[in-house]
Amino acid sequence: MNPYAIRTHDLSKEYNGEAILKKINLQLERGRIHAIIGPSGVGKSVLLRLLNLLEEPTSGEIHFDGRALKENDRLELQRRMTLVFQKPVLFNTSVYENVAYGLKVRKENRRSILEKVRKALEVVDLKNYEHKRARNLSGGEKQRVAIAQAMVLEPEILFLDEPTSDLDPRNVAIIEELIKYINEEFKITVVIATHNMFQAKRLAHEATFLFGGRIIESGKAQEIFTKPKDRRVLRFIEGKMIF
Amino acid sequence: MDYILAGLKEALQLLLSFDRETYTIIFLSLRISGTAVLLASCLGIPLGALVGLHRFPGRGVITTILNTCFALPTVVVGLFIYLFLSHRGPLGMLGLLYTPGAMIIAQTILATPIIGALSLVAVKSVDPAITKSAISLGATRIQTTLAVLREARVAILAALIVGFGRVITEIGAAMIVGGNIKGTTRVMSTAIALETGKGKFELALALGIILLTIAFLINAGLYYLQRIRE
Repeated sequence: MNPYAIRTHDLSKEYNGEAILKKINLQLERGRIHAIIGPSGVGKSVLLRLLNLLEEPTSGEIHFDGRALKENDRLELQRRMTLVFQKPVLFNTSVYENVAYGLKVRKENRRSILEKVRKALEVVDLKNYEHKRARNLSGGEKQRVAIAQAMVLEPEILFLDEPTSDLDPRNVAIIEELIKYINEEFKITVVIATHNMFQAKRLAHEATFLFGGRIIESGKAQEIFTKPKDRRVLRFIEGKMIF
Repeated sequence: MDYILAGLKEALQLLLSFDRETYTIIFLSLRISGTAVLLASCLGIPLGALVGLHRFPGRGVITTILNTCFALPTVVVGLFIYLFLSHRGPLGMLGLLYTPGAMIIAQTILATPIIGALSLVAVKSVDPAITKSAISLGATRIQTTLAVLREARVAILAALIVGFGRVITEIGAAMIVGGNIKGTTRVMSTAIALETGKGKFELALALGIILLTIAFLINAGLYYLQRIRE
């Protein structure tokens, strides 16, 4: 098995002629938690959407398991990974139906769906929420449903786009514990986009700093946070750069 | 004033005594308009979803046609269907003129753009993030479209109600292609016109009450659906 779940080669994205991402070369090692760090508007979310095949790059390539993406493989690849959005996007139905959605589109049998959904809801501590209307939940609960929705699919790669940006400290702690648990227990590769350096420090094994649409530093999180090579990263870590 | 009150009294008697002719007309109207709305929803909802969710050449043209046909004059539709189904018309061999089938065709043509245009608005009003979320959760294109339609279900149901309200009350096309034949193609709207012309207000009023009740129920349904959405 290829040690890298995803590798990108000169990945670029433009919107209306404006370059958002410029020649991104990224290697995401399997089974690790990767943090994509950078200020707002730097292209973190765009990068996640490109990696999750929700958008097309303007140029460059994405390699999965060491192989370049082929159009025929798109659905199969998409079903091996999933993205949790910054603001949880839930269907206007029950919590159970929301969490079961990904399994239903994969045509899993009803008994298996029931078991998996219940287990996922237990993990996110929403055991008795099955019949509640998802849109009536609090922000933290919604985000936990969104994580259960993704987790129940047992993806190889879980993308999280600023998953705690709108949450209170208690819910931030709950979500962070969940992310660690998912990574350790299920060996899921986690890619988290965050502007919160402290969160990245708490969670990530690997870190990539994005600035001006480019990667300015990438490597082991521990090393980057203790001995950064790039002065902008150093300023950021010292709290002199507002992200 | 007396004859109006007398007419109302007799109309209520017709309804409460389950008068055979009155109820034949009511059920025929419901059957024809119900079938037409069912067929129109099979055409209009997918069309609205296609135009609302996908980009392709000619999308703007289809949207404009749908919006134009939203207010199709019923007599014009009736006239065209008549020309197609008459003995000399290209579909004359089907022998559909002056049958409920012809009325269903006409009403389907009237209801399809209404349901299509309102479905289009309904799917466009769904948060675009729902599409991305469904794809991210592994849905195919069709499954994603169905997920969006499901999100828009209340607005689409409202579209069906509006379409039904439009066709059950229309008279022009029903009169031209149905011929208002007693027991076969006589529906509430055409019967009201006929009975009023004959000066027989009881049946006309009885059917009028039913039509008003249906209109009231439709509006009440729409109001309720809007409350749910809010």
